[in-house]
Amino acid sequence: MLRFLLRRLLIAIPTMFIVVTLAFFMMRAAPGSPFVNERHLSPEVEANVMAKYGMDRPLVVQYANYVGGVLHGDLGPSLKYKDKTVLRIISEGFPNSLLIGGMAMGIAVILGVSLGVIGALRQNGPADYTAMGVAVLGVCIPTFVTAPMLVLLFASNLGVLPTGGWPTATQPFSSAWRYFVLPVVVLSLPQIAIISRLTRAGMIEVLRSNYVRTARAKGLPEHSIVLRHALRGAILPLVSYLGPATAGVITGSLVVERIFSLPGIGKAFVASALMRDYTVVMGVVILYAGLILFLNLVADVLYAALDPRVRLS
Amino acid sequence: MESAVLKGRSLWDDARRRLLRNRAAVTSMVVLALLVVVAVVGPYLAPFPFDQINKNDVWMKPLTGGHLLGSDALGRDLLARLMIGLRVSLAVGVVATFVSLVIGVIWGAAAGYIGGRADEIMMRVVDILYSLPFIFFVILLMVTFGRNFILMFLAIGAVEWLTMARIVRGQTLSLKQREFIEAARAAGLSRRAIVARHIVPNLLGPVVVYVTLTIPGVILAESFLSFLGLGVQEPMTSLGSLISKGAQDMELAPWLLIFPSIVMVVTLMAFNFIGDGLRDAIDPKDR
Repeated sequence: MLRFLLRRLLIAIPTMFIVVTLAFFMMRAAPGSPFVNERHLSPEVEANVMAKYGMDRPLVVQYANYVGGVLHGDLGPSLKYKDKTVLRIISEGFPNSLLIGGMAMGIAVILGVSLGVIGALRQNGPADYTAMGVAVLGVCIPTFVTAPMLVLLFASNLGVLPTGGWPTATQPFSSAWRYFVLPVVVLSLPQIAIISRLTRAGMIEVLRSNYVRTARAKGLPEHSIVLRHALRGAILPLVSYLGPATAGVITGSLVVERIFSLPGIGKAFVASALMRDYTVVMGVVILYAGLILFLNLVADVLYAALDPRVRLS
Repeated sequence: MESAVLKGRSLWDDARRRLLRNRAAVTSMVVLALLVVVAVVGPYLAPFPFDQINKNDVWMKPLTGGHLLGSDALGRDLLARLMIGLRVSLAVGVVATFVSLVIGVIWGAAAGYIGGRADEIMMRVVDILYSLPFIFFVILLMVTFGRNFILMFLAIGAVEWLTMARIVRGQTLSLKQREFIEAARAAGLSRRAIVARHIVPNLLGPVVVYVTLTIPGVILAESFLSFLGLGVQEPMTSLGSLISKGAQDMELAPWLLIFPSIVMVVTLMAFNFIGDGLRDAIDPKDR
C-alpha cells in the first residue's frame, strides 16, 4: 500500500512539472500582453511595469523564478487585479465552484445509481427504457444547450427561478437555494446519465455472478441481495470514474459559471485567459491538475478497499 | 465463443445483420446521412449566402420574409448559417477524429506489440497526458495561437488519441497471444508485416466503435470552445457558436437558440446510437 502510494506520487511529480512548464511557456508564447489594454502606456512606463513583475528578465530566469515560487506555495500576483494575489483570487472563487460542483456530484451519484439499479433489475422493461432514455438524453444534450434552455423556460418564461447570480453572504439558505437549482441541475445531468449507464452495466454483470447466486441460495431477502451484496460490486466501475467525473464537472463549470454569472473559478479562468493574466491562468491550471491527480489517486485506493481481488503493488 | 471456422468474413456478415436489426441504429444512420447531405449540398441551394447581411431583415421570425428559420441581429439567414455551422462541426469531428485515430492506432499497436520496456514507457506517457486537465490546454492553445482552424483540429485530435491508444494496446496484447499470429511468425513474416497485415485489421472492430463515439465527443469539444468564444471566428460559424449567439439573444429571438440546439442534439444522438449499435453488433457479449 505504502509502496503504491509512493509510486503514484513519483508519477504525480513529473506530471505536475509538465503541467507547470506547459502552462508557463504556452501562456508566454501567446501574442499580446497583460498590460496592452491599459490606456496608452508610454514605452518607459511599460518597461517599468514589466520590470516590476520581473518580465524584463530572460524567459528562462522567469521560469525558474516561477517554479521556485510554486514550490513555496506562492503563485504570484495577478497581473490584472493590482491588489490581488493569485491565491486570493483562487480562494475567493474556488469555494463557490466547489459548492456547486459538489452538490451536482452528490445529486448525480444518488440519482444515477438509483436509475441504474432500477434499470438493471427491470431489464428491458418500461422503467429500464425510461431510465436509459434519460441517460441517452443526458449524454447527448451538452451543458451549453441545457443551461440557456432551462433559463429560458424557468427564469424568463415561468419566472420561478433567477436567471443567474449568487446569493449574498448573509442570505439565509431558505431563499439562497433558488440560485443553486439551475446550475446544479445543468451540471449534474450529464453525470447522472453516465453514472446510471455505468451502474446498470455493472449491476447486470454482478447479478449474474456466483456470489449473488450464493446469496440467493442462502435465501436472503431480495433487497438485501441487491443493496448489500450486488450493489457493492456494481459500483466499482463508478469509483474509477471518479477522476474523469471531476474533470467533467470542472469543464462543465466553465460553461455554467459563465451562463449563470457565478463568481467561481471557471469564470475567472476564461476571463484571465482572454486578458492574458498569465499568473492567474497558470495558477488555476495547476490547481485543477493537482485536484484531478489527487482524485484519481483516491479512486485507486478506494477501488482496492472495495474490491479485495485488487492488490495495490 | 464461436468456433474458428466462423471467423473471417462471416463475423462481419453477422455483425451487419445484427446492426441492421437495431432500429435505433438504422434510423440514426438515415438521419445522419440526411444531415451530411444537407451540410454538404445545402449551402449551395440556400436562398441566402450564410454571411450575407440583410439590413431590412433584422430579427425576422421563422417563416417570414423568405427566412425559413428566421434571421439574426444582422439579418443573416439562420437556415443558411445552420447548414454551414453543421458542415463546420461535422468537418471538425471527422478530421480531428482521424488525427486521433492515426496517432492512437500507431502508438497503441506499437506499444502492445513490442511490449516490455517500450510498452511500459509508452503507456506511462499516456497515463501522464491522461491526467492533465486537457480542456485547459486546448483553451490555452486557442488563446496562444489565435483561432486557427487547422490548429483546432490538431489540438482536439491530440487530446482524443489517448483513449484510442489504450483500447488498441489492450486489444493488441490479447491478439498477440492468438494462434494465427504465432502461425504468421512461424511463417517468417517480419514484425512490421505482422502488425500491418494481421494485428491492425483485427483491431478494426473496437476501433470502429470508438471512432463513432469519438466524433460526437469532438463535435462537443469544438462547440464548447466556440461557446466560450474561442472557436471558429465570425462570419464563419459552427453549431457551438450558433448556440452561443443564440443564448445571448434568446429573450428576443428564441429561434436562434432553439434550432441550432435541436440540430446539435440530433447529430450527437445519431452518432451515439450508431456507436452503441455497432458495439452491440461487433461485440455481442458486451450487451
